[in-house]
Amino acid sequence: MADNTKTLADIADIVNDITGVDQAEVTPEKSFIDDLDVDSLSMVEIVYACEERFGIEIPDDKSKDLKTVGDAIDFINAAQA
Amino acid sequence: MSDVVITGFGATTPLGGDAPTTWEGLVAGRNGVHTLTEDWAADLPVHFAAEAVDDPTNHIPHPKARRMDRSSQLAIVAAEEAWADAGLELPHDADGEPVDNGIDPERLVVCCATGIGGLHSLLGQWDIQKDRGFRRVSPFTIPMLMANAPAANVGLLVNAKAGVHTPVSACASSSEAISLGLDQIHLGRADIAVVGGTEAVIHPLPVAAFSQMQALSKRNDDPEHASRPWDADRDGFVLGEGAAVLVIETIEHARARGARIYGTLAGAGISADSHDLVQPDPTGAGQASAMHKALVAADLSPTDINHVNAHATSTPQGDLAEAHSIRTTLGAAADQVLVNGTKSMTGHLLGGAGALETFASVMALLRRQVPGTINIEHLEEDLPINVVRKTTALPDGDLAALNNSFGFGGHNVTLAFTNANATR
Repeated sequence: MADNTKTLADIADIVNDITGVDQAEVTPEKSFIDDLDVDSLSMVEIVYACEERFGIEIPDDKSKDLKTVGDAIDFINAAQA
Repeated sequence: MSDVVITGFGATTPLGGDAPTTWEGLVAGRNGVHTLTEDWAADLPVHFAAEAVDDPTNHIPHPKARRMDRSSQLAIVAAEEAWADAGLELPHDADGEPVDNGIDPERLVVCCATGIGGLHSLLGQWDIQKDRGFRRVSPFTIPMLMANAPAANVGLLVNAKAGVHTPVSACASSSEAISLGLDQIHLGRADIAVVGGTEAVIHPLPVAAFSQMQALSKRNDDPEHASRPWDADRDGFVLGEGAAVLVIETIEHARARGARIYGTLAGAGISADSHDLVQPDPTGAGQASAMHKALVAADLSPTDINHVNAHATSTPQGDLAEAHSIRTTLGAAADQVLVNGTKSMTGHLLGGAGALETFASVMALLRRQVPGTINIEHLEEDLPINVVRKTTALPDGDLAALNNSFGFGGHNVTLAFTNANATR
């Protein structure tokens, strides 16, 4: 069972580093683009940073399905399982 | 034509993180050249340089700073200082909401030069691609490395809509940027301009490459005394980094908003040697032509000139050629002109040099103090110019100065300044 809290905290750190959005704002129900004001190039950076942090690969055709922070947590947990 | 006056200065340099500290360093004869502490430096033929002393990322929010090359970061720090020094508010608040600062964006132009561009980003991302594959390359690589990035970032900062320009002419770049800004105002395309230049190329490749050209001083055992224009034992320039930016505007625009004025940007002269890609024309004809054109544009005669901030990079041929071209231009009047080489303190900022030396020239007129040229132990014999070695006072009354900038490629730019209209 993956640790969702740890995954969320790591994603929050990445989003904060790249966009400046406060870590506390990064919660599972938030949409990267609509709620966190992440633009398309920043989203590319976030995806690549997640690949590095979690030691996984997120193919381009999958990364566009990661609409919310929760989508990213689920994908990362499945990829790590 | 309206007088164009200087109303704001910003600088982040090897002598200080802002313009006032940089000026104090120049007047005090402080040295900005040191041995590099980076691991890569020891193996190179030259292991010293004049690094910008204040980390620009301390002044820029992290998400913005990480998408800028160091050259843009330095430019932004200097531009923010210059804009505030001109008594202007930024056109947006901390949350990005618009602020009416009284400046018409359609009448505001930016000309911010670099000699080389975003070299750390270019080579740093190439290292990442080689080591870790293309998927690790930043999607911001191109907007970080492009040579117009500093100008574009400054344009965004101040909301310039009349045009954003990046002259690239090696070590003459930022003087050309200042000249271009003056042109834009004279052509009626703008009332106010943010002009200057930046450079950040203290990286193993340029150090190796300039060294291979035999352009750099190799005084590794005594770097603090390596930059010594017109000294008989000079052996090349010292690589520097930093940025300098000024705000210029028509006298009417400045007065209407109650701006305080440093002095007048009286004219510019530009020429090209068309002699050799890197060697200056040994006759100095191109350099003299640029100086002569600047005098004509500024409606000044040689006897009006009190001070020349020379290009004076501390190379064996360059310093001598410039001394003769100054003499050719000013004639007997050159005996009374105080000539200095401030690169003795700051190193050579390449695309930032002309703007930094514009700052030094205008402040010299305003404060009536010409900073000395440090590190001269044995002045070259029979120089046809009056080299200032210690900070020296200028007389009362009307004053005028020239600032020379010459670049690889045979680019020659001279800017002319007076203390007319000064209210600081």
